[in-house]
Amino acid sequence: MTPHMLTRSLDRSATIFLAVVAACGILIPLSNLLLPAGSFLQVPTYLVALWGKYVCYAILALAIDLIWGYCGILSLGHGAFFALGGYAMGMYLMRQIGTRGVYGNPILPDFMVFLNYSKLPWYWYGFDMFWFAALMVLVVPGLLAFCFGWLAFRSRVTGVYLSIITQAMTYALLLAFFRNDFGFGGNNGLTDFKDILGFNVQAEGTRAALFALSCLALILGFLICRAIVSSKLGKVLIAVRDAESRTRFLGYRVESYKLFVFTVSACMAGVAGALYVPQVGIINPSEFAPGNSIEAVIWVAVGGRGTLVGAALGAVVVNYAKTFFTSGVLAPYWLFMLGALFILVTLLLPKGIVGTFNAWWDSSKEKRNAASASAAAEDGVTQPKMAE
Amino acid sequence: MPAHLSARLRAFALSLLLIAFALPAFAGPFEDGVAKFANDDFSDTEEAIGVVASSGNKLAFPIISALQDGRLMADPDSKKVYVTGTDGKSIDAATGEPVASVPDSASAVRLNNRLRRSVDAAIGGLTLQSPDIGTRLQAAQSVFKSHEETALEAVDGALAKETNKSVKAALGDARAAILLFKSDATEVEKLEAVATLKVRGDQEALALLTGMGDQPASVTKAAASAISSIQSSLAVWSGVQNAWYGLSLGSVLLLAAIGLAITFGVMGVINMAHGEMVMIGAYTTFVVQEVIRTRYPGLFDYSLLIAVPLAFLVAGAIGVLIERSIIRFLYGRPLETLLATWGLSLVLQQAVRTMFGPTNREVGNPSWMSGAFELGQITITYNRLWILVFTLAVFAILLAMLRYTALGLEMRAVTQNRRMAASMGIATSRVDALTFGLGSGIAGIAGVALSQIDNVSPNLGQSYIIDSFMVVVFGGVGNLWGTLVGAFTLGIANKFLEPVAGAVLGKIAILVLIILFIQKRPRGLFALKGRAVEA
Repeated sequence: MTPHMLTRSLDRSATIFLAVVAACGILIPLSNLLLPAGSFLQVPTYLVALWGKYVCYAILALAIDLIWGYCGILSLGHGAFFALGGYAMGMYLMRQIGTRGVYGNPILPDFMVFLNYSKLPWYWYGFDMFWFAALMVLVVPGLLAFCFGWLAFRSRVTGVYLSIITQAMTYALLLAFFRNDFGFGGNNGLTDFKDILGFNVQAEGTRAALFALSCLALILGFLICRAIVSSKLGKVLIAVRDAESRTRFLGYRVESYKLFVFTVSACMAGVAGALYVPQVGIINPSEFAPGNSIEAVIWVAVGGRGTLVGAALGAVVVNYAKTFFTSGVLAPYWLFMLGALFILVTLLLPKGIVGTFNAWWDSSKEKRNAASASAAAEDGVTQPKMAE
Repeated sequence: MPAHLSARLRAFALSLLLIAFALPAFAGPFEDGVAKFANDDFSDTEEAIGVVASSGNKLAFPIISALQDGRLMADPDSKKVYVTGTDGKSIDAATGEPVASVPDSASAVRLNNRLRRSVDAAIGGLTLQSPDIGTRLQAAQSVFKSHEETALEAVDGALAKETNKSVKAALGDARAAILLFKSDATEVEKLEAVATLKVRGDQEALALLTGMGDQPASVTKAAASAISSIQSSLAVWSGVQNAWYGLSLGSVLLLAAIGLAITFGVMGVINMAHGEMVMIGAYTTFVVQEVIRTRYPGLFDYSLLIAVPLAFLVAGAIGVLIERSIIRFLYGRPLETLLATWGLSLVLQQAVRTMFGPTNREVGNPSWMSGAFELGQITITYNRLWILVFTLAVFAILLAMLRYTALGLEMRAVTQNRRMAASMGIATSRVDALTFGLGSGIAGIAGVALSQIDNVSPNLGQSYIIDSFMVVVFGGVGNLWGTLVGAFTLGIANKFLEPVAGAVLGKIAILVLIILFIQKRPRGLFALKGRAVEA
């Protein structure tokens, strides 16, 4: 009875969520492009880019929630997959600059000319083609996650150990990408983008289109996650989360399930990064910083671990708060607030906003049901009395 | 005019000598020598340097050093030479009498590269006689480096008088270096020189031997064998040096990780704010030193001794507070603990940033922690050595505490089986609080030591947190010996990889190796056996 009710409530919130995202994805770009500038209802371009960023974060949060909320894998290195996706897109955008760079080299990006590269490193081949870059956005994070997960899950590295080595992974990548001779622009990263698929990345129309695409990606990502968690596979994942050893003893290959979901999640994070880069206009190694990955985890915790809607909501809420507080006089206190958020959410709101709301909704519904049931039971008890 | 004057002076000196006064010869060759500076001719200047340097006159050093700095002024007309002091006052170089002003026609005595070498050698020779041991040693070393033939006499003279052992050795080396390059030295002398340099056996001796040019066949042969022996000993020494750097890095890692080994190992609590406890310890040191600087400057050398217990108490108290207010509600939820303590670390960092500012704070080294000494071919700084000693002491105390005190016994009991320990009447929540306080307090002590070698800034802790976790995970949870072995292994591996791969790539390689290592041994090097770890 209860699980059925749960799925129904999830269905309802999922429908609302999808409707809101779709509405934003259509209305915000339209209002930005069609309404005259300065009009009351017109969304300014900078807000489109800002919200586009939030939507990308929401996709990342979905990816983290898929593994943490439904499979109990706390990755403190998901920022690495996000950044790798971003770098793949950034490499495509760099190759599109062509002769319009400062040095005007048709093949080599500016930083390579500056660092005396004589030819393009082999791993930059193919990134002048969009389809190849788009493929790499999925393949590079996915492959890293697959290798990493294959090693980790097979030898049953779980819990905090896994968290710590994922953190070490993103830290190692951070150090590597900071190096100039690594061929990704060192600490300046990749920036000064001009075109994406022939459209100017700075143009309003492109930004609006990117925003709509991000919303579409969020919807798709949400549907994929929903499909995974509500399938039989998803049930196994939840079983792994709650009792890994027991699931293994029941005959499931726990590591295969974990590996699958970890890889899917990394690919989603990569897509989020790829959409993030053209909207923000830069990708640099600081995206690999371990702090970023942990921050992304707290979005999920705030919104509600194990509720996909909550993860996306948490990402938007926390980042909106971050923008709001770091731009005003309260800027020096933002880290206090963020820190307090980590502590208070884990102590007082372990289910997050959506999880707590769902629990409250269910319990009040149950109470109502119980009340009506007991009323009915009382009727049942009283009836024989009456018959007596 | 000067000749006339000099003749009169000479007569005066003779009359003094007649009265049997053993005065240094300050007339005659010295004055003639000084006058040669005024000829503005390089070979005359060289001769003058030789005469002045070997005169034994007390003006010799001021004159030669003025020559080196371009403060020796010569008047070509009057053939008079003046030394302009760094304070702007001038003296007559021949007599030492102060003069009101240097005539306009005087110009600085010019030098070329060859002369500059003889000037250096002359200064080396002059300071070889200094009463200060440090100056003499330095002079001997500078002669060794310049190996000018002109300094040979001075070196021989100094060698005869020298009593200090290390200066004597340096003089011997200098003599060998000179002889090796002296064209008219005998073959026997040269062979001896090669033997001396072989004993010295460092990079500089190697450079001298490889660059000595044409020599008799026997000398070349001896030099070749000396070179190969020096090279192999240098290879050994560079290994020793890497090992020392590794030990030093390992001690830093160990210091940062011990506290973590206690909280993580004993309690299973991931404390991401551990690095901030280290930072608090470092800032405690800063505050202690500030108070000492303003109130009791005489106590500066004891500042660290005062800071250690204070840092332990401050960080320990904050640790107990954290355990009581946050962590105890999260037992059994390690991932949530991780997030909450991460949030805590942000708060602590920002709090310190607000109180002390975002920039680095200066923490000084007490006198007994600064400086270095040579051990064979490697230099060992005192602060690194003390940190190593201190780390091992902290480790030993902690180990003894866990083994022999009541609290240690209770802690081990709780680690092994919490419910059984509780059934036996151990107040597990009190043990938890104290254990967490202990771990944090030790992190605070680590902060005192790290303040001596690292920048004291709000980010101090962050730079250690990942490394500390790596050490604990690598060494094995719940085992202090594992942490010890883990820290030193990682430290030494890092320092041996660094020369091959570079600092950053070496670090990346270590991280990748640890990730791979964990695949093989998910519970670390020294895993606890039994049920305790299978939670």
